Amino acid sequence: MPASRAKDNEMPTATLPEVELPKLSNDEISRYSRHLILPEVGIEGQQKLKAAKVLCVGTGGLGAPLALYLAAAGVGTLGLVDFDTVDASNLQRQIIHSTATVGKLKVDSAELMLKGLNPYMKVVKHNTMLTSANALEIFKDYDIIADGTDNFQTRYLVNDACVLLNKPNAYGSIFRFEGQASVFATEDGPCYRCLYPEPPPPGLVPSCAEGGVLGILPGLVGIIQATEVIKFILGIGDSLAGRLLLVDALGMNFRTLKLRKNPDCPVCGTNPTVTALIDYDQFCGIEKPAAVGPLEVARDKAVGDAPVIDGIRQISVEELKRKLDAKEDIFVLDVREPHEVPIANIGAPLIPVGQLEKRVGELAAHKDREIVIHCRSGSRSQKAALILKNAGFKNPENLAGGILAWADKIDKTMPKY
Amino acid sequence: MKINIPTPLRAYTGGQQTVTVPGATVGEALEQLTGAHSELRQHLYTGDGKLRSFVNIYLNDDDIRYLPEKDATPTEESDELTIIPSIAGGCLL
Repeated sequence: MPASRAKDNEMPTATLPEVELPKLSNDEISRYSRHLILPEVGIEGQQKLKAAKVLCVGTGGLGAPLALYLAAAGVGTLGLVDFDTVDASNLQRQIIHSTATVGKLKVDSAELMLKGLNPYMKVVKHNTMLTSANALEIFKDYDIIADGTDNFQTRYLVNDACVLLNKPNAYGSIFRFEGQASVFATEDGPCYRCLYPEPPPPGLVPSCAEGGVLGILPGLVGIIQATEVIKFILGIGDSLAGRLLLVDALGMNFRTLKLRKNPDCPVCGTNPTVTALIDYDQFCGIEKPAAVGPLEVARDKAVGDAPVIDGIRQISVEELKRKLDAKEDIFVLDVREPHEVPIANIGAPLIPVGQLEKRVGELAAHKDREIVIHCRSGSRSQKAALILKNAGFKNPENLAGGILAWADKIDKTMPKY
Repeated sequence: MKINIPTPLRAYTGGQQTVTVPGATVGEALEQLTGAHSELRQHLYTGDGKLRSFVNIYLNDDDIRYLPEKDATPTEESDELTIIPSIAGGCLL
């Protein structure tokens, strides 16, 4: 049972269970010499690292630096949970992968780099999406979980599973230039739900693919998570449990806010009502994905092959091309941001989706025309079509797949971004 | 009193990172904020005027939920309010 040394009036702490510590070989002793000569680590600390079992949920922006530094530190067993494959656009920040591994499963790609850095570490690959059906089973063999996921459903799932299993959750999250970090689910400390009892409605907070992210940011926050994991294993320093660290990369400001355990928290409070994992898609108001794919596609309602979604007709890039070539009487509208236009465009006039409601008067002349709306991938344009429909436009249509689909199928010289 | 606006909400304050408002209590300051930037209101508050549960308001370093007077807590000029929304990005993609 984890021993909790809660000091009076101070931040909750958490420690590893007592186990017999594994020996270090002479090779390992030379490898970790810089740790061993630190009084706060020493041989015993390094042995604790070797005995530790850490699970990284996600081997992306946060998981990449996290896993690498845990390997460097000499963690004995590292589990990786990821269902995805490496894409070139990942390499802007996911430094555990490489150009050579584009197309490989992320867990396989990560394993290559991790083993290259630390061949003594045992890597356990879980090539699966984390779900309510498998989370408890996967988590049970680890001492601490590091959450590097990118969507609300999984964050609540990881949190609840950690609380139910009494395992700490080294949390990190990012958005554009800002990050948050903490340690949740320690025995006396708050959990994620104490801070955020409910998720935001879908579509309110954009994903990295939609909102963009400065590549270094998950590096900064992932290392903070790795630091908290290592401190937990060694039992040193003051954990972030009970504090929320806010990172502002542009201002290079760091501040901490106090977090409290909510006695009425449905998961970790004195009278918990959530005693089993729930349906997190439903909790977050997300429709279930129709097929296995990136969760954010379902969350942002990127459109599939259905001809009509929410009353808006979906038009394929092939159909748009045919209409343009036949000089049909259609109006094409681009609803992306101005900085995206020079990257790739099909010459359509631009009104960014965030301004559309205010500027709808500029389109008055086209109220009865067929209007084909496009963005990068088809989700913002769907929102824009709904705005126009609600403003009384007769025939707004959504270009399914957006300009990415155009670059893929119609104009192969066009870059994809 | 300064109110720190998080990145996801800066679109509704004309891009400003901080907004200075008068207000003798936390609640008054927030009223001034949403009065001056009306689009913020629906992001911070539900239809029946409650603060949305994925948004946290901190007075200096303290979550107002845990202050005895909550949003009726009196404030000084030198105090700062910070709005902390839930963010999830971790870049699995």
